[in-house]
Amino acid sequence: MIASRLLVIGPVTFLAAFFLYPLGAILGRSFGGEVLSLDPFGVVLGDSYYLGRIWFTMWQAAVSTVLTLVVGLPAAYLFARHDFPGKTVLMALTTLPFIMPTIVVAMGFVALLGPQGLINTALTGLFGAEAPQVRVTNTLTIIFMAHAFYNYSIVVRIVSAFWSNLSPLFGESAAMLGAGRIRTFTHVTLPLLLPSLWSSAVLVFVFSFTSFGVVLILGGPRFATLEVGIYELTVKLFRLEVAGALALVQLVFTYVFLLVYTRLQAQSAVPITFVPEEESKRGKRGFRDVVVIVAITGVLLVVLSPLLALVERALSSGGGYSLVHFTGLFSDDSGSYFRLSPQAVIWNSLRFALASMAIALVVGTAAAYVIARRGRGRSGVVDALFMAPLGVSAVTLGFGFLVAFNRAPIDLRGSWLILVIAHSLVAYPFVIRSVLPVLRGMPPHLKESAALLGAAPLSIFIHIELPIIGRALLVGAMFAFAVSMGEFGASLLLVRPEFTTIPVAIFRLLSQPGESNLGQALAMSTLLMVVVAMGFVAIERFRYRNVGGF
Amino acid sequence: MPALEVVGVSKWFGAVPAVREVSLMAEHGDLVCLLGPSGCGKSTLLRLVAGLEKLDAGSVRFDGMRQEIVAPHMRGFGLMFQDLALFPHMDVLGNVSFGLRMQRQSNDAVQKRVEGLLELVGLEGYGTRKVYELSGGERQRVALARSLAPSPKLLMLDEPLGSLDRVLRESLQGQVRSIIKEVGVTAIYVTHDKDEAFAIADEIVFMDRGSVVQAGAPEALFRAPATELVARTLGMRNILAGRLEQAEGIARVRCAIGTLAVGEPIPAGVLLGGDVLVLIDERALTVVPAQDGPVPVGALAGVVATRAFRGGESELCVRVGAGELVCAVAQRDAGADVAPGDDVTVILPPNAVRLLR
Amino acid sequence: MRQLAAIVLMMLMTAFAVSCGGDEDSELVIMTHDSFNIGAELISQFEAEHDATVVLQSAGDAGEALVRAILEKGNPSADLLYGIDNTYLGRALDEEIFDEYRPDLLDEVPAQFVLDDSGHVTSIAYGYVNLNYDKQYLMDHGLTPPSTLEELTEADWKGRLVVEDPASSSPGLAFLISTVSYFGEDDDYDYLDFWRDLRANDVLVKDGWTAAYYTDFSQYGGDRPLVVSYATSPAAEFLFSETPVEVPPTGNILIDKASFLQIEGMGVLKGANSKDLAKKFIDFALGRSFQEDFPEKMFVYPVNRNASIPDSFRFAEVPSQPSDIGALEIGEKREKWIQDWTEVVLR
Repeated sequence: MIASRLLVIGPVTFLAAFFLYPLGAILGRSFGGEVLSLDPFGVVLGDSYYLGRIWFTMWQAAVSTVLTLVVGLPAAYLFARHDFPGKTVLMALTTLPFIMPTIVVAMGFVALLGPQGLINTALTGLFGAEAPQVRVTNTLTIIFMAHAFYNYSIVVRIVSAFWSNLSPLFGESAAMLGAGRIRTFTHVTLPLLLPSLWSSAVLVFVFSFTSFGVVLILGGPRFATLEVGIYELTVKLFRLEVAGALALVQLVFTYVFLLVYTRLQAQSAVPITFVPEEESKRGKRGFRDVVVIVAITGVLLVVLSPLLALVERALSSGGGYSLVHFTGLFSDDSGSYFRLSPQAVIWNSLRFALASMAIALVVGTAAAYVIARRGRGRSGVVDALFMAPLGVSAVTLGFGFLVAFNRAPIDLRGSWLILVIAHSLVAYPFVIRSVLPVLRGMPPHLKESAALLGAAPLSIFIHIELPIIGRALLVGAMFAFAVSMGEFGASLLLVRPEFTTIPVAIFRLLSQPGESNLGQALAMSTLLMVVVAMGFVAIERFRYRNVGGF
Repeated sequence: MPALEVVGVSKWFGAVPAVREVSLMAEHGDLVCLLGPSGCGKSTLLRLVAGLEKLDAGSVRFDGMRQEIVAPHMRGFGLMFQDLALFPHMDVLGNVSFGLRMQRQSNDAVQKRVEGLLELVGLEGYGTRKVYELSGGERQRVALARSLAPSPKLLMLDEPLGSLDRVLRESLQGQVRSIIKEVGVTAIYVTHDKDEAFAIADEIVFMDRGSVVQAGAPEALFRAPATELVARTLGMRNILAGRLEQAEGIARVRCAIGTLAVGEPIPAGVLLGGDVLVLIDERALTVVPAQDGPVPVGALAGVVATRAFRGGESELCVRVGAGELVCAVAQRDAGADVAPGDDVTVILPPNAVRLLR
Repeated sequence: MRQLAAIVLMMLMTAFAVSCGGDEDSELVIMTHDSFNIGAELISQFEAEHDATVVLQSAGDAGEALVRAILEKGNPSADLLYGIDNTYLGRALDEEIFDEYRPDLLDEVPAQFVLDDSGHVTSIAYGYVNLNYDKQYLMDHGLTPPSTLEELTEADWKGRLVVEDPASSSPGLAFLISTVSYFGEDDDYDYLDFWRDLRANDVLVKDGWTAAYYTDFSQYGGDRPLVVSYATSPAAEFLFSETPVEVPPTGNILIDKASFLQIEGMGVLKGANSKDLAKKFIDFALGRSFQEDFPEKMFVYPVNRNASIPDSFRFAEVPSQPSDIGALEIGEKREKWIQDWTEVVLR
């Protein structure tokens, strides 16, 4: 009994202490501690510029979400229903875009699609000087492409994990009832996948909605979102009260949207026959299957091409290829105070990522459990509340952390904990979204049988629910790891140089002009990709008591 | 002291009463069947006893101790679902040993007991098999072994054979009963199938729309069903509306097929001239081709309407008087040769006729 | 289950860093913006001389660092803040986050590089923000670098300029201010008219220097040969080229009154723990060894007239007449300029 009480108190305390408290602290400062006047809100809501930004933020997020779903579904299918050599590595690669710092991704896109990029160079090479040129940089197109690029792994991972546990009997029954493959897909499979589709869609939407770097770097201020507005108001114009108002508006929008979504998701979750992975794979491989595998893999590689362009650039020097940027990275002799060896930087990133992953897994799973337990009708509010950290401005929350945790009652001044906690806050919603549909889809008789066999609620959770949600847990873990490695907007919170992480090291290199600076930044980005890919493969292979296999 | 005492238990789902003031009792070692049509509340009653639903009224006691305050996982009861709910992520050993592990038994004790149970249910050596590799009947037996493993005080089974085909079901019925009896556990078995209830139960509790209609040994129910529903469910084919014409001496009742002599005592409360239900045992009838001359006493004249082959016997539907009579005749009897349209004489021994209020 | 708990515990422990925070009494914490760079040796030197530990903590860009300092007013997490420049001085002084301190070495700083007369912020370095151009591109297209700002509104330069958003970027703001200085505010053709014409001439606005320089500047794969950057950028290109070059591939466009002199400095934060140490550090930062170390790291000039300037800086031409708007005026009008600019260029 006490244990299940703890299960509820744990995530709630985490949320209160590390989200609501700092948010309250910064908003309190922003509004000057007076009675909340409505003026700043008037400024925000009365100004057509801000309204325009809000509107733009919403619809570009919606379009990005749809595009990402469309791009991600085929890959989800591939990973859910097929086994082939190299699958684990390919899966790791598809999640890489998620972790890359935005400036690096931007450079990758430019390297691929820019005026002097690989594609245009190839076109000129093939068709001569009058060749058509691809001109997508600084347009809305590239923003959508970038959002899809960043976020589609969310769709792939969450949907494929869910799909791989879906009994193939559903499809087979449909076939027996006369449905062709397409009809089976649209009428049977797709509706069954709905919970996972909703899950990933909401994450993608929230990310596109609160997008900052990507939109700005690739598109410029014309496409500014709310988040950018908050940054400007806080940092440049120092109008904290308007920034606070805008942050609240952003939060309210996100919260309302999350509320609608959680209602819908709760209703679409039906108890489903879950089978272990092995059972759901397609049988022997026909020619058609091989074609499908090759085709979808091809599409994946296309999606990953900006990263390949980056790596190509990291390896090129003076017209040819060489490792000079990598060696330069390891042998920097400038004697700078801020210089940390790449190994040290990588190690920092890794250990912070592991710590945040651990916290996110614990908090996220407990939160998912709390939400599932409340039942369909009443869980929406709690669910949306737990997801809220994703929807709040990183700038606002970042400063909130600084204000709240630099003194009692929680003084984390100078500690790496601030960083890890900030990462976990953004990471644990992934765990929730990944785990919740599976928890809800679990047939109630399983738990009731366990109860009648003498298992107390906590034992049921550990022995029955936890193993069955194993795959979903792995997915959540992977995203938590990725979020931390990619370090979303936490540079503000970096306290000491010895805690420098990979993205920070990359930013530093890019703050000065120079080819070798750029080259080394790209080399470091390549290292980031390699380390993260290896991390993904390691997590994927983690089979604790058959946790991963289910 | 009885093992299980359910007294005046009620449960509403919203405005709908699923269980209405149900009382029943089971002695130690009894195998009680809850029989009734779908929706009669038998599964809900089971869940109430298990503690998976909360009582709205009444009490559940086991060995004299109130169970409402005890959490389901502490009651020491076992429950086997129709869909079995085998844990998909564990193998057979994992499933069967689960309850024992919850009791924190030593590995050796667990091993021994599981082996013993697998042997009991006829699945020796299946320990390492995966659940999805098993056939329907094998899964059933694993589920049974699993619920028996922690030596529950009370075992509840909710249509455990419901998803199996007839042959398998019939063969397993006997096995399930003998396993339960061998273990000696008190058991409540829910089914909608009368044959299953007859095969398994020491006592049948018949439920309809949330209430107990009749309870007693299978023979008692069969001999004297309390209501028409019970009679129909138990498989009686001939239930006719009638009026009591004579109560002294040999009772006589008039119904659509004629006036019949009644062998069994008249049920209490039935008055002369009052309405009754007439039950005629279809297997106690003899059908012979009509012969010349008047119809003998205790027989009725009729015409065969349909004939259905049923393996060891044939089912004849004979139009008699203003109604119909279903007769089940063994193949080797003379009546077996009649065909639809033939004139026949149906011989009704008085003890084939019973009355119902 | 126990295994899982052990693994989780191990993960948390591996992440555990060295105990945070040393002995507070002899620890000096300096908050800097993230472009700050200095040699490790110099820091060790200071530490040895004063028997103290120095911790340099990056706090985002200059604006973010300032906001942080303001939010922490009275209870700062650092002793010193480096990174206040002439665009932020006004706000820093208004919020009164610094203590006064006038180091002796101020005598060695030429008057034009003194940032703050009130003595709260001590200048440490300066630089110039102006346009850079891609030599190869201009040559290929038969163009010569413009000699007036007005030329930028002409057909030759259509779609060939990338600037940064003054609301989010420091060089962006610097360039905007220099156009204010160059064109004036109330004239017939004022700075806003200029920007209107630039907009019509397809100027690209990016949010920050890194994005503009590394994704849109033609030197790095973009299609814009003119970019707002620093006068020292060509020197950096020279130093950091992949293969040794004789001259950098980029050059400066130095138009009178169109280069912005940016001075940055540091100050002792009110309520700091180690005030004396902080003051000593400021002295140290004005000393020759410090001043001669950071130019090739931060690509800014030393304020100390006696400090020698690195050889590579010969490619960083010094403008003869930078724009001349003082810090006070900037402090007053800056928000209005940004808002008007945004209205004209972005909306």
